Amino acid sequence: MSIYAYIAAMAVTTYLIRALPLTIFRKPIGSAFLRSFLHYVPYCCLTAMTFPAILSSTASLVSGAAALVVAVFLACRGKSLIVVALSSSAAVLVTEWIQYLGNL
Amino acid sequence: MGWKEFKAGLRGGAPVGVGYFSVSFGFGAMAVAQGLTAWMASLISVTNLTSAGQFAGLTLIVASASLWEMVLTQLVINSRYALMSLALSQRMGEKIGVLPRLLVAFINTDEIFALAMARKEPLTVPYMLGLGVLPILGWTAGTLCGGLAGSALPVSIRRALGVMLYGMFIAVVVPPARRERNILAAAALAMGLSCLFTWAPVLKELSEGLSIVVCTVAAAGLCAWLFPVREEEEAEV
Repeated sequence: MSIYAYIAAMAVTTYLIRALPLTIFRKPIGSAFLRSFLHYVPYCCLTAMTFPAILSSTASLVSGAAALVVAVFLACRGKSLIVVALSSSAAVLVTEWIQYLGNL
Repeated sequence: MGWKEFKAGLRGGAPVGVGYFSVSFGFGAMAVAQGLTAWMASLISVTNLTSAGQFAGLTLIVASASLWEMVLTQLVINSRYALMSLALSQRMGEKIGVLPRLLVAFINTDEIFALAMARKEPLTVPYMLGLGVLPILGWTAGTLCGGLAGSALPVSIRRALGVMLYGMFIAVVVPPARRERNILAAAALAMGLSCLFTWAPVLKELSEGLSIVVCTVAAAGLCAWLFPVREEEEAEV
């Protein structure tokens, strides 16, 4: 089968999933339950995506955990998005480097 | 006003663009290793703008799966976007027309959604569009470079850059969770469920995309039932 048919199928499906709710549900939702549900959705969704996936996203459990601890600590201190993100990256590099030296 | 908002969006999207570049670099390198051209890989990235869905799609292309399997897999893995679009739609307000919505829908990725929901000012169309520009560029350029250069960057650096995306999610969730106990409870519940779906027997067989949807719906639903939100609190999400 043509690879372009696959690409079109992927792109159209993904786009419709994103576009339909944005265009169909424009009026403010009346139901208090649904409004509360949507209030919690971003936090639940982002948290479920982050944990425990972050622990297995790097070369070792330890460096993934270091990224998590550094990010949570800096976010608690109110640091900006980019500072938190770059610092967690740096934590991974430093941890893996230390582990590498330890294994020599 | 419009231009200022657009620039604010550009600035907000810059770190996401950098993060995307590194992740999609891996996607490009992988796609070429599996027999696609760098051009095809870039075409996938610029039309899909999603990580998990693309990696899964690549696997299906290589396996010569049917188109229906492709559609079904994308539906399952990307169904979380429907929830995000719904939340985003409420947040944008009903004044914004259909055409801008159709454009915003295209760039509604996990990270852009996170940035949009974290914004304290109202979400304007120029801001949202500005937010999308650098992530699209980063995601597509990263794929192209990855496809062309293969594994030029050491794996350790690519992996470290990949963690940036999680760092951003954490930076979005933690401050409101510290302010509001209900949000902390919702996040903790989602975290617990997510662990169950990662490690518990049977449950861990569920695909990653679907388990994120199940965790989100269950945790947000339970919290909506236990701690309903009053109108005035909603404004700050």
